[in-house]
Amino acid sequence: MKKFSSLLHNLILTPSRNTKIKLLQDYFKILDINRAYALAILSDQLSFQFIKASKLRELVYEQVDQHLFDYSYDYVGDLAETISLIWPTNKEGKSQNLSTLIENIKKIKKSEINTEFSKVLSELSNNERWTLIKICTGGLRIGVSERLVKTALADLYNKSVNEIEEIWHGLEFPYKNLFQWLKNKTSKPKIDFKKLFHPMMLANPIDEEKDFKRLDANEFQAEYKWDGIRIQLMVSSNSVSLYSRTGDNISSTFPEIIETTKGEAVIDGELLVGGNFKPSGFNDLQQRLNRKKASKDLQKMFPVFIRAYDILFYKEKDLRKLSLVERRKYLEKFQKENTTNQIDLSTIINFSTWEELTTYKNNFYDDLNEGVMIKLKNSEYLPGRKKGYWYKWKKNPKLVDAILMYAQRGHGKRSSYYSDFTFGVWKENELVPIGKAYSGYTDKELLVLDKFIRNNTTNKFGPVREVKKEIILEVAFDDVFPSTRHKSGVAMRFPRIHRIRWDKPINEVLSIKEFKKEFKID
Amino acid sequence: MDFINHQLFIKDINVHIDPILPKKTAIITHGHADHARFGHDHVIATRQTIDIMKIRYGDKCAKKFTPLRYGQKYSIKNYDFTLYPAGHILGSAQVLIEKNNHRLVITGDYKVGKDEACKNFKLVKCDTLITEATFGLPIFQHPDPKDEIQKLIRSVKINKNNCHIVGAYSLGKAQRIMNLLRQQKYNETIYIHGSLEKLCQYYSKEKINIGKFEKVSLKDKSFYEGKIIIAPPSALKDRWSRRFPNPIICMASGWMTVKQRAKQQGIELPLVISDHSDWNELVDTIKKSKAKNILITHGQEDALVYYCKKQNLVSKPLSIQGRGDEEIE
Repeated sequence: MKKFSSLLHNLILTPSRNTKIKLLQDYFKILDINRAYALAILSDQLSFQFIKASKLRELVYEQVDQHLFDYSYDYVGDLAETISLIWPTNKEGKSQNLSTLIENIKKIKKSEINTEFSKVLSELSNNERWTLIKICTGGLRIGVSERLVKTALADLYNKSVNEIEEIWHGLEFPYKNLFQWLKNKTSKPKIDFKKLFHPMMLANPIDEEKDFKRLDANEFQAEYKWDGIRIQLMVSSNSVSLYSRTGDNISSTFPEIIETTKGEAVIDGELLVGGNFKPSGFNDLQQRLNRKKASKDLQKMFPVFIRAYDILFYKEKDLRKLSLVERRKYLEKFQKENTTNQIDLSTIINFSTWEELTTYKNNFYDDLNEGVMIKLKNSEYLPGRKKGYWYKWKKNPKLVDAILMYAQRGHGKRSSYYSDFTFGVWKENELVPIGKAYSGYTDKELLVLDKFIRNNTTNKFGPVREVKKEIILEVAFDDVFPSTRHKSGVAMRFPRIHRIRWDKPINEVLSIKEFKKEFKID
Repeated sequence: MDFINHQLFIKDINVHIDPILPKKTAIITHGHADHARFGHDHVIATRQTIDIMKIRYGDKCAKKFTPLRYGQKYSIKNYDFTLYPAGHILGSAQVLIEKNNHRLVITGDYKVGKDEACKNFKLVKCDTLITEATFGLPIFQHPDPKDEIQKLIRSVKINKNNCHIVGAYSLGKAQRIMNLLRQQKYNETIYIHGSLEKLCQYYSKEKINIGKFEKVSLKDKSFYEGKIIIAPPSALKDRWSRRFPNPIICMASGWMTVKQRAKQQGIELPLVISDHSDWNELVDTIKKSKAKNILITHGQEDALVYYCKKQNLVSKPLSIQGRGDEEIE
């Protein structure tokens, strides 16, 4: 555990990609079970059933005063780090292997978690405690992507990272077949690709100035970009399953899709809410997300469908090396065979110049799409965000000027800065908050805002600071919906700080009435 | 307490403690720039603090100087002032003010832990305690500085082709790092940023063992491979640091406790070495001082105020102008 936790410690503090790879490789050179655990942890595949963030809070409150913990957490901005630092230091116990430690924790019974897991934490050094809590809460956030871990492994054994990528989702702890193959002791693990989640092909944002000059419009086609969730649908003769973009199985959340789809294929598409293939917006979709099950009533109230735009496998055929245009033919075939009303096809927009496409993009301002996707007709299906194949071109965001009201310290790389901002508009002579944003500003703007907040705090509510009402933020957002949960009656989708409006006096900011009128709410 | 206001000003006799702007009479706790300023009429401080002020601001940085020994009483009307060691940096002092049997202590910046580079902290019992709170959160529990300095020595041994640049405040921290390295038997020449030279010479003259040091100069890049260079934190991000071979950026500060903080500043080797008290030392000092009235100045005062109130001590924060939330130690 000492070795692994110092690996994480060094990874988080090393800015250089090459040094990170070297650190990882040095660790992967060890030949025992510990490296399999390390791989599982670094790719976020290990968790403990009973120990989540809320449990950890409960345990730390047993050890230290709740207020003192909250003040500290507010300052540090990272749960694992706060707990590891504040946990009363006992005498360190005997140093344990990563694998022994994990296996022992897995053996702890649910009824004994509080005493037993607290004991484990008390016997670890500070850094080991940090590592263990990071493992428990998942998502290490140490500046190491899954891709980097794979790259380190591939380079260490002279394989290509794409080969690892291809079989990755078919591998399981303790990765015996992977390591055997890496060391050339066996051939590449055989995996039934049709039953495997495939990392999705992703798009890069288009750079209007550079890319349109550079790219030939005739080599591309476009589709509308829908505001749903990206899914992969795996259909075989005996089972159908639905995966989210990150590879989570979400089949049970959308039973109607599972029950009605037939055939044999792997489909890429967007899941949307709406009847008769008319999407009704992300707000409705949210009613269906993050539920383990969906009742019949819910299915009726918020029916879902899939707008398919790509196909990876059809029957026995692996289509990923074919061109987009070729794949489309198979996709159409699949859709025709599926007589259900759960799957339709994404419309293709043909155009011959980029100007022509611009009119398409802007005409749909009021519609539910978010812009257009621009795809190279010739493109293979490639996992990840490769440059030069798929682009996304989002509609211009909606903008509103609002007054900075409250601020809170950020988390992760923005911890210690006041970087979460609540802003509002007028309601008679008072301000009413309409949203909260923690991105969009430049580093320089953040420093200015942080300084303003520290020097102009008028009130403190725990970690939240109220500030003098002087700063106007131009807020960009994708959409706004009516909401009963918020005092203002509105909820914004993806608000971010566009810029600071030094030029505008605060009395020129809209009232909530005007705001609702402008964005057609109620 | 009613004789001193929240700006640490005693109106009755026109005396300030650590004032930001030029004043008639200023008692200075120590030589750091946020406490010792240029331009007062009369400065009262330890001899070493006065020396340091003269090194930094010139011999004429005040019209008149009154050096006090630790423990020596100095009276203005019915106020008695005594300086006691604060253990922060060379010459640093706490100020005891006695008036009509009321004892008030202003700690200034202080640390309780051992330090061979200055006189160590002395606890002074009092009725009112004005304490600093730079590290006033229970997450701050400073480790043994010897272990931290060993991390540096080990890294130097392993990474023979790199040079280590240690960010350390030019007064106090830099010399303490040098002294700690010597305590751990690191006997090589230590290279320093030009801005540290005069203060390092002064520490040597005051018989603090900081060993052999030399100002960095334009030499062949490879010369600095395997060497330790000490520089003020501001130089780490500067072009200055890029002339060295594969530098490993280190920083010696209590803030390095928090990994995210180290990462934000691009520090690869954080060394948790502080010249301020950690949480336990702050709490312990409050307890042992027997003070019933606690005022808490710059730093993370919220948690400490909360703690004191829970102990049934009268406590409130004291925000002194010109001192930020988080400053470099």
